Amino acid sequence: MFKSLAVPEFLAKIDPVKCIRCKRCIQNCGWSVYSWGGDKVLIDTFKCVKCLRCYHYCPEEAITIEDNPVIYRNNANWGYNHIRNIKRQAETGGIPLTGMGSDLPYPILFDHLLIDACQVTNPSIDPLREPMELRTYLGKKPARLEFDKGPDGKLRLKTKMPPQIKLEMPFIFAPMSYGSISLNAQKTIAMAAKELGIVMNTGEGGLHEEIYPYRSNVIVQVASGRFGVNPDYLNAGVAVEIKIGQGAKPGIGGHLPGEKIPLDIAKTRMIPVGTDALSPAPQHDIYSIEDLRQLIYALKEATNYTKPVSVKIAAVHNVAAIASGIVRAGADIVYIDGFRGGTGAAPVIIRDHLGIPIEHAIAAVDDRLRQEGIRNEASIIAAGGIRSSADAAKAIALGADAVALGTSALITMGCTVCGKCYTGNCSWGITTQRPELTVRLDPEVYAERLINLIHAWSHELKEILGALGVNAIESLRGSRERLRGVGLDSQTLDILGVKPAGR
Amino acid sequence: MNHNFQKDISGCGLVGIINRDGKRISGSFACNSLCLMNDRGNGLGAGYAAYGIYPEYKDLYAFHIMYDELGAKTDTEEYLKKNYHIEKKEPMPTASVPTIKIHPIIWRYFIKPLPEKAERELANLGDDDFVVHTVMKINSEIDGAYVFSSGKNMGAFKGVGMPIEIARFFRLEEYEGYIWTAHTRFPTNTPGWWGGAHPFTLLDWSIVHNGEISSYGINKRYLEMYGYKLTLLTDTEVVAYLFDLMVRKHGLDTATACTVLAAPFWKRIDDMPEDEKEAMTALRMVYGSALMNGPFSILFGHSKGLVGFNDRIKLRPLMAATKGKTVYMASEESAIREICPSPEKVWAPRAGEPVIVELEDSR
Ligand code: SF4
Ligand code: SF4
Repeated sequence: MFKSLAVPEFLAKIDPVKCIRCKRCIQNCGWSVYSWGGDKVLIDTFKCVKCLRCYHYCPEEAITIEDNPVIYRNNANWGYNHIRNIKRQAETGGIPLTGMGSDLPYPILFDHLLIDACQVTNPSIDPLREPMELRTYLGKKPARLEFDKGPDGKLRLKTKMPPQIKLEMPFIFAPMSYGSISLNAQKTIAMAAKELGIVMNTGEGGLHEEIYPYRSNVIVQVASGRFGVNPDYLNAGVAVEIKIGQGAKPGIGGHLPGEKIPLDIAKTRMIPVGTDALSPAPQHDIYSIEDLRQLIYALKEATNYTKPVSVKIAAVHNVAAIASGIVRAGADIVYIDGFRGGTGAAPVIIRDHLGIPIEHAIAAVDDRLRQEGIRNEASIIAAGGIRSSADAAKAIALGADAVALGTSALITMGCTVCGKCYTGNCSWGITTQRPELTVRLDPEVYAERLINLIHAWSHELKEILGALGVNAIESLRGSRERLRGVGLDSQTLDILGVKPAGR
Repeated sequence: MNHNFQKDISGCGLVGIINRDGKRISGSFACNSLCLMNDRGNGLGAGYAAYGIYPEYKDLYAFHIMYDELGAKTDTEEYLKKNYHIEKKEPMPTASVPTIKIHPIIWRYFIKPLPEKAERELANLGDDDFVVHTVMKINSEIDGAYVFSSGKNMGAFKGVGMPIEIARFFRLEEYEGYIWTAHTRFPTNTPGWWGGAHPFTLLDWSIVHNGEISSYGINKRYLEMYGYKLTLLTDTEVVAYLFDLMVRKHGLDTATACTVLAAPFWKRIDDMPEDEKEAMTALRMVYGSALMNGPFSILFGHSKGLVGFNDRIKLRPLMAATKGKTVYMASEESAIREICPSPEKVWAPRAGEPVIVELEDSR
């Protein structure tokens, strides 16, 4: 076999003096970078993905992982990735895959938006002393309410409220299926969601019986593969989501090869063991908006109108019109996934070149729904590149009701965003089904970290609200007047509905 | 939806008086009370609203309109003539006040929408809706024209000056009303514009307001979804339209509307009895974008009553007092005592809890 001409990205090195030959690195690396050579650890640096599992578990700090200095000659046009992918494709004839969201340096609008704060004319509010409310309800809201007066003179609601998802804070966990992530990772997320009073999403892989106890904090997803879908499944959670698309691979289906379908996953997905789990690109019963409407109502019928129905789409050029159609088709929630959104596996070329950023998408959708007078008809969930509570605050100010967190949740479990999820070798036990790897991820331990993160972000969000002089999240939602753009051209500002700093 | 607006910011003092028996009193009371709080204004705006001042025209819409120049008047009157029966029109009676050197041209009209509905614009609208449409149209489309007030048997008088100067200018001592609200202003970023002073009115509703609404951005966008055009870019305008939407269009009562604007905290709602909890939760879910967040005290007048209330954590002052059939509300207790030295009861309304006063016989 001839040696690949694709230059390795990273150089794994072991300091022979510090190394005590304990072999932990061999055991920890999911990618088999290390092996035992009789008297020392051998390194196959071509396999290294810089996930840093070995680095953290080496007791002697003997390991360093460096970016390979022997990289192709510097060229602003022919970048490393271009040359490397061509070489790989020349060797294999395949489509290079990747995991996680795009790492290309497209402008990140969140980093060009700044949030307001109060000075003198309106007081800021101290969240340590005053109540600060983050509670959020997702679902269709009637435009108006009718009341009767009870015998005690108090209001009695006459209008029947459509079903809602109650969130104690405007965060949800993004859909990540059992199959794309390990059951332990899913369990970690479910436990955290329950504790936090928010929700997680099964993704398209069905609902494993071990997640069942968390069902009141679960959204169940119906995707093109229809894995694990039956009436019990649809009624198991607090809402049903139809997945049309994903930000990292809009218009692209999914393919979980048969060798990654052991018994447990097969059972959860309700497919035979060892068969390929194919998610076709489109849903085969949805070729138009009318078809979507029929599926939405079929799901509402199946759940007896007790669960909100969400429709998840990738942010694409025409997202505003599409979202408007989705709302008119009867969806209670529109979930928009920006092009920087994560994935377990996607073709690099698709991930890096299709779709639009979430910031533009939220602004366009929120505007369109308001222009059409139907903003109350559905909640908006924004996803795809929320890296901090500040991003969340900006997304909400642009018009989102809540934000979905995928990558950030995985980072609390050890993920370093190495982007090699598609290999199924994740050393952190997250995006793998190999039992010796998944066992590392103890849901009890990692749920606590995830809870810590969301608590921390909630506190930060409260500080931001306090600085803004408001004490409820609904006063930030869609309040673009509290954002200013820096270094944005006037057309972008116009699309975002945001003034430039200084105005 | 235009996001490139410059919002108006100001601090203020306010006064409200209502005689529940409908007894009419002169404007000088409101003026005297307000003048005690001169340090709450800076001479860049003061104004008054009065109810019961035009009993002889009580079935007609009384339009107070200011014009920057005569061309605006011609355009406005042309529009009014086409769509309204004009019972009477006259220049607003004013007195000369040495410190008010420049002022707009101000006229008043007693009118009603033409009954031959086919001839007027938007014939399918009811009278009130049509008047609202007219006000929006004049304010946003006719350059240099601005409607101070448009209700029946009521009017707004306002301008750039100290409270006493504006009262003298409009000869308020000659008017008698059963409800008066008054306002002095401390704008921090606007040049004096007569239209920018409070009260802000729509139909027979008037708002005077002290504070800054930190949720202005979303309140504005929420109203725009229902077709309101926010031309003034003041918080007060937002308050008036929110009331209009909730009370006139959605049929909520005043107390419920106040509950939306200064919503109880979830913590309190969660402890409520089931029925009330359900009602309050739905109110917050549906009208969350109408929550007025930030410091304010507001007086909201209408032909049948007066409502005063604060934001949900009371970041701006509001005092109330009663004596006999009269209820007083003001930013400071001293302003009440200035015109009512020995009230029977004085209290500071709690955060978010409205003081709702209605006329005895709500005609
Ligand atoms: S974990 Fe560290 S000390 Fe142990 S074998 Fe690997 S490099 Fe050596
Ligand atoms: S989940 Fe695992 S494989 Fe995927 S990016 Fe994170 S560390 Fe890498």
